[in-house]
Amino acid sequence: MDLFEHQARELFAEYGILVPRAEVTDSPKEAREIARRLGGRVVVKAQVKTGGRGKAGGVKLAADPAATELTARQILGMDIKGHTVGKVMLAQPVDIEREFYVSYVLDRAAGHFLAIASAEGGMEIEEVAATRPEAVARIPVDPAEGVTAAKAAHIAEAAGLPPQAVDVLVRLWDVLVREDAVLVEVNPLVRTAQGQILALDGKVTLDDNAHFRQARWGDEAAAHDDPLEAAAAAKGLNYVKLDGEVGIIGNGAGLVMSTLDVVAGCGARPANFLDIGGGASAQIMADGLSVILSDPAVKSVFVNVFGGITACDAVADGIVQALETVQLTKPLVVRLDGNNAARGRAILDGHAHPLVQQATTMDGAARRAADLANAA
Amino acid sequence: MAIYLTKESKLLVQGMTGGEGMKHTRRMLAAGTDVVGGVNPRKAGRTVDFDDRAVPVFGSVYEGIEETGADVTVVFVPPAFAKAAVIEAADAGIALAVVITEGIPVHDSVAFTAYAQAKGTRIIGPNCPGLITPGQSNAGIIPADITKPGRIGLVSKSGTLTYQLMYELRDIGFSTCVGIGGDPVVGTTHIDCLAAFEDDPDTELIVMIGEIGGDAEERAAAYIRDHVTKPVVGYIAGFTAPEGRTMGHAGAIVSGSSGTAQAKKEALEAAGVQVGGTPTETAHLVLARLDTEHAGTAPNGTNPD
Repeated sequence: MDLFEHQARELFAEYGILVPRAEVTDSPKEAREIARRLGGRVVVKAQVKTGGRGKAGGVKLAADPAATELTARQILGMDIKGHTVGKVMLAQPVDIEREFYVSYVLDRAAGHFLAIASAEGGMEIEEVAATRPEAVARIPVDPAEGVTAAKAAHIAEAAGLPPQAVDVLVRLWDVLVREDAVLVEVNPLVRTAQGQILALDGKVTLDDNAHFRQARWGDEAAAHDDPLEAAAAAKGLNYVKLDGEVGIIGNGAGLVMSTLDVVAGCGARPANFLDIGGGASAQIMADGLSVILSDPAVKSVFVNVFGGITACDAVADGIVQALETVQLTKPLVVRLDGNNAARGRAILDGHAHPLVQQATTMDGAARRAADLANAA
Repeated sequence: MAIYLTKESKLLVQGMTGGEGMKHTRRMLAAGTDVVGGVNPRKAGRTVDFDDRAVPVFGSVYEGIEETGADVTVVFVPPAFAKAAVIEAADAGIALAVVITEGIPVHDSVAFTAYAQAKGTRIIGPNCPGLITPGQSNAGIIPADITKPGRIGLVSKSGTLTYQLMYELRDIGFSTCVGIGGDPVVGTTHIDCLAAFEDDPDTELIVMIGEIGGDAEERAAAYIRDHVTKPVVGYIAGFTAPEGRTMGHAGAIVSGSSGTAQAKKEALEAAGVQVGGTPTETAHLVLARLDTEHAGTAPNGTNPD
């Protein structure tokens, strides 16, 4: 889960990293008041969880409180790469002397975290890394040791950061470990004309698996933009909304991803990702079907189950029971294979719902579901 | 011979007395696995009856190894306790720890994989279905009755896709199937398994299943090109997954241009690996490849023409 910039800023401040004075609001009128409190001239920054805000017009300097209200009005509600701006952060401008880059990221292949630092901050680090790799220091962090003052000094020296950045590197590592983040990035980290080191903009990605011991962000950060995703999350379903017209239900993340691909290969677009996991009970099936059928874009639904531990007859029972509670409005193509597949198919045949069809292979079922969606 | 797991393997189950642990220990035993004990400090000294076998519960992994000579542990303990369980197993000197547990914080996985590596313990997983050497032993939750012993080695990030391919190729059978798990950090990689299958005389052909996220498949492709002489057939899931969205597995997320299914497919094909468009097509490629192998043709990276 990504945090908004203003949440990352709060975290950094809490860990003793200097940040500019700033406040957040969803109201242009309040923005004017905040600007007055911050001294009149502020930077208005759209709070969205995507990059490229500046280019999209989501970051603007406002000269006075009246201009701030106007600018906030423009930016609030703006669409940036599919993200609607719900809040703006108003920050005191900083007199920048130099910009740096620091982050801790997970190196998946190596199985540990990397410190990435550069004396050339401000722009996309990927760009710097591609054009001038020698300007970017990449230093592995031993998980047992962490980032001590000595380690931070080594990172700062390798990247050409000023000595004051050492303290920031240690504190930032604390943020990463204590908050169970998988990414913390400060870009830019700046030195002001007054010689202070400030985190001007930051990105923090928290580990969803650590939610059980990190409850502080609660519902706000976990909120889903999409109403279908919110409804699915409320039912505990592993659902991702996509742009197509074939609703997909399957068991196991890999098989469901594969199902999306096979449907796309048949000339239709998948409407969603929905992994019902190993259980596939009647309740989960009913919940999944009701979410998918409430998506107006859906023209057909494809249930793709491989019975490994789950027995297909139990899945078929689940589908039959789900159809008693959910009004089926779109054709449903079911493919059951694996454990007790024949019995499962017989149960669905016996039920003989007019909108339910079966196919014995995954590829054949995908073709059928795609054709039904395209014909609708 | 197979890889990592044979009929000689003696298994402990950490978390055996919990719901999932009980269910799968029963299944492992039914598949002929030599489960020699469970571990639970609060239930040490008891035995648990499974159909026709009473399995003792030990207070620690160390005690379990001392008493039984166990060399493998299967970990079912909940996410909050998984790190401690794996570290305990590594400290006790276990050779292989198969971590089934889903939802372990990545900082914990980073810590215990590094720790285990230093102690010489191989980790498979976390968040994986485990591994099976059909007809010999089953460590984890892969259904044992899908397939039979045979000459295909399989390595996969995904559970159900593994089962699908095991089912499609059930008439040929498998030497060992390894589910390495879908988390960002895993103890055993595609490359580890490719190397082990290359050295395994029972394995004639390797199936490698990957998915979006990270660059493990690209690394595996480079490894295949340079080190694997046996034929490899691949499958990649996630061509239609949008950037920045996690698809079920914590590791299945594409950020920027890296980690896409297309990039992985191209890397594998450049290394001479045939990549199927669907699981079924992948199975057909395997069958065709085994036929041509038997007619006596070329290894990876060379053109059979």
